[in-house]
Amino acid sequence: MIFNYIGNYSTIISLFLSLAIFLRSFLKLKNFDQLIKIDLKKLIFFQFFFIFVSFISLLILFLNSEFGNITVYNNSHTTKPLFYKVSGLWGNHEGSLLLWLLILTLTNFLYFSLSLSRTTKERLFTVIFQQIIIFGFIVFLIFTSNPFNEIFPIPKEGLGLNPILQDPILAIHPPILYLGYVSTSIIFSSSLSSLILGNVNSDWASHIKNWILCSWIFLTGGILLGSIWAYYELGWGGFWFWDPVENISLMPWISLTALLHCILVLEKRSSLASWSIILCISTFTLSVCGTFLVRSGILNSVHTFANDPERGLYILFFLFFIIFLSLVIYFFYEEKLSISNKSFGLITKESHILINNWFLMYFLSVILIGTIYPIFLEVISNQRISVGPPFFNKLIIPFLIPFLIFMSLGPNLGWIKSKKIEKKLTLIVFFIVNLFLSFFILKSIGDVKLFTLLLLTANLYLFFITIKDFLKKGYKNYSQIISHFGFSLLILSIILNAIFSKEIIANLKVGEELGFENNKITFQRIETSTGPNFEKIVGVFIIHDQKGESNKFMPEIRIYNKPEVITSEAFIKTSIFKDRFLVINPIKDKTYFNVRYQEKPLMIWIWISTLLIMLGGCIKFLKNEK
Amino acid sequence: MKKLSIFLMLIICLNNTYSFAVDKPTELENKIFKNLRCLICQGQSVYDSQSDFAESMKIVVRKNLKSGMSEKDIYQFMRNNYGEWVLYDPEINKGTYLLWGLPFLFFLIGGAIILRKLGVLKR
Amino acid sequence: MKNKIFVIIGFTLFIFCFIIFYKGLQKPNIYEPLLEGEINLPNFTSYDFFSNEKIFSDELIKEGSYYIINVWASWCAPCRSEHNFLMSLKSKNFQLIGVNYKDNKNNAQVFLQELGNPYSKILSDKNGTLSIELGAYGVPETLIINKNKKIIKKIIGPINDQNFSELLKIIK
Repeated sequence: MIFNYIGNYSTIISLFLSLAIFLRSFLKLKNFDQLIKIDLKKLIFFQFFFIFVSFISLLILFLNSEFGNITVYNNSHTTKPLFYKVSGLWGNHEGSLLLWLLILTLTNFLYFSLSLSRTTKERLFTVIFQQIIIFGFIVFLIFTSNPFNEIFPIPKEGLGLNPILQDPILAIHPPILYLGYVSTSIIFSSSLSSLILGNVNSDWASHIKNWILCSWIFLTGGILLGSIWAYYELGWGGFWFWDPVENISLMPWISLTALLHCILVLEKRSSLASWSIILCISTFTLSVCGTFLVRSGILNSVHTFANDPERGLYILFFLFFIIFLSLVIYFFYEEKLSISNKSFGLITKESHILINNWFLMYFLSVILIGTIYPIFLEVISNQRISVGPPFFNKLIIPFLIPFLIFMSLGPNLGWIKSKKIEKKLTLIVFFIVNLFLSFFILKSIGDVKLFTLLLLTANLYLFFITIKDFLKKGYKNYSQIISHFGFSLLILSIILNAIFSKEIIANLKVGEELGFENNKITFQRIETSTGPNFEKIVGVFIIHDQKGESNKFMPEIRIYNKPEVITSEAFIKTSIFKDRFLVINPIKDKTYFNVRYQEKPLMIWIWISTLLIMLGGCIKFLKNEK
Repeated sequence: MKKLSIFLMLIICLNNTYSFAVDKPTELENKIFKNLRCLICQGQSVYDSQSDFAESMKIVVRKNLKSGMSEKDIYQFMRNNYGEWVLYDPEINKGTYLLWGLPFLFFLIGGAIILRKLGVLKR
Repeated sequence: MKNKIFVIIGFTLFIFCFIIFYKGLQKPNIYEPLLEGEINLPNFTSYDFFSNEKIFSDELIKEGSYYIINVWASWCAPCRSEHNFLMSLKSKNFQLIGVNYKDNKNNAQVFLQELGNPYSKILSDKNGTLSIELGAYGVPETLIINKNKKIIKKIIGPINDQNFSELLKIIK
């Protein structure tokens, strides 16, 4: 139980350290340096250190299964495998908040150690804003969701972790995602401090670019992991459900992507300063807004945390305090921004980046409005509606067509002024070739719709142009080419996946067969066995395909002991061209099972292309190419 | 075999009811299932949901389709019974003008700002 | 001047959003299909719980009288406590119709023997479709139908003292 106290007190110590750092930075700014002679860097390090200590204490409590701690009691169980005892730490509200704080203080420390090239004033202001955020979250942790609360009498056994969270991918999903979310706070603080000091210029842009890239890479990775998990654990072969929680992770990503492009204009042309600042602020605000929407339980989603209105209220106040603070600072110091009134040439890189931002902001507004509109409507008129996939698909997909075309054209243009577009003709011819190509692809399935045709054309256009760029001689911007290629591959896989996916759902009992296209699915037998903390029923299926090959599929039904939950584990055979996905569910009239078989083409390419998008970011980060 | 019977007992104990999963749904049926929100697992569509209620809902949809109702009729029927909330695709009406309109408005405003920045639109 | 307008608009929006979220927090996030106004009773066909005879809604429910439809099941614990209220409802100016929801017939019969049978008619709803057609979504749930064959009230969950007195007021 000693670790309960250690953990508890070290969070309190770091709360006071937060005040100390705030004061210290403030005094230094006012040049009262001689009053206190403590090294700021040490203070910042110790703040991180104490949060780390309390994180480790909670970890030890989880590893030892000390159920005297209420968080451990609610989320762990002695029979749980070691790996999930660890991941159980952040599989709940309190623990995940501690992880969030750990990363927040870590990035704060990293920022302070790595930003030596910046002026002291800028660093101090950034630290002050960071401390406001850290302070807010520590208070939140201690007063509304303390992970070190005790329970007495000490229970003998814990309640266990929700089985659908007992999954290797979901175990690493939160840390990665949080790294992405949390590093946006540095972008936020740094942008506010340079706004106050009036040095929002290309120098600052190339400094903050690395943080933007870093947070963007992790955010992409986190979303990817979540999506893979949803694919094989949650859904029936779906990987994106437009569920509120998914939307919430996508919103900062879109804002960050816009910022990533916009910051280039600031870096190269010292323009769009105020727009960049707005994006910096909105990215972080959207991250906190996401925390609010997910943890307050104001929205209704598959992935909800335990809800508590008190927590919601606290984050709401905190969120609006941050928005208020940044609004005030923005309006006060807006004049300091060097507003260049140069208008951009029409056919230049910067104009296309603007267009990219325009579309991204549109996508963002669709998702934002779609996610929070039901709340507004309910409060105002008591009407309750659901906004689901059809809404998002209808509003987003048509706009992808021009977006993709601009995306293919933009990168090949020059800054300031392009050479006369001598390649205009080639580009048009190339487009027409792609039009025919997609026509024939669609014709081969016999279903040519103008809309799909255009979408496929635009996408293939981007696809081939990035390949062409990759192969051409001379200077190449690898990171951009790879990321854009990844994006086109992603959209291509999603389109083809949507068009060619096939499925059959039927009720079968052992010994029955099911014909599907030219495949024959045979339900051979069921086997039972025992796992570490569950029993499982394995359905053994043989699928003969048209080539005469037969494959064994073994989807499972698991019955976890604590808490008693039945889950279905899909069996997925992945190949380069398609995933074959089989899942069974018990039907309660004893002998029959509900069997779903799906063929999902190019599934693996959806993951690979997202990895490529990330890879582009990594290259940029490592090479820091100009 | 003993384990299996334990398992089956467990299932029956956990859900006191009897479920009848819809056999081999057609494409239209699936489309409708995907657009209906389940009232029991409220984050999921009837298509994704495993609850008994969703299964009953599927049976009703199939029955109504057989009796000659169109897709729209079924949505109307569900809306009558359970309110607009059950549909994932909100229809355009007094309450949702802003929902459908605001994104377009933002798009137009953004476009105007950019055109001015690009010097196409002069003040 | 222009800047000032932006500031004012920005802060109004800010406060507006805050109020909405603040109020939104107080609302439950679980949806319950509440009845707004009144809706026509849909036509349905069902089977009698005891005799298994086919029953058409037109024959069962006629204009000019109040009906109460109660969805219940023997496996649902709140239904038990609710049953006392239903037993005390026996009166002449309305008819109480039971819908037996996804139940085992034997268990249901035992349930009725134990606690009494307040229903003038019981329909069986083995696969839950009848309840969906009526717009109910679980057990127990109670619908009140007026003399014009319109559903005028839905009570989700067991009947308690409060909504029991409301119910009596409506059908008195």
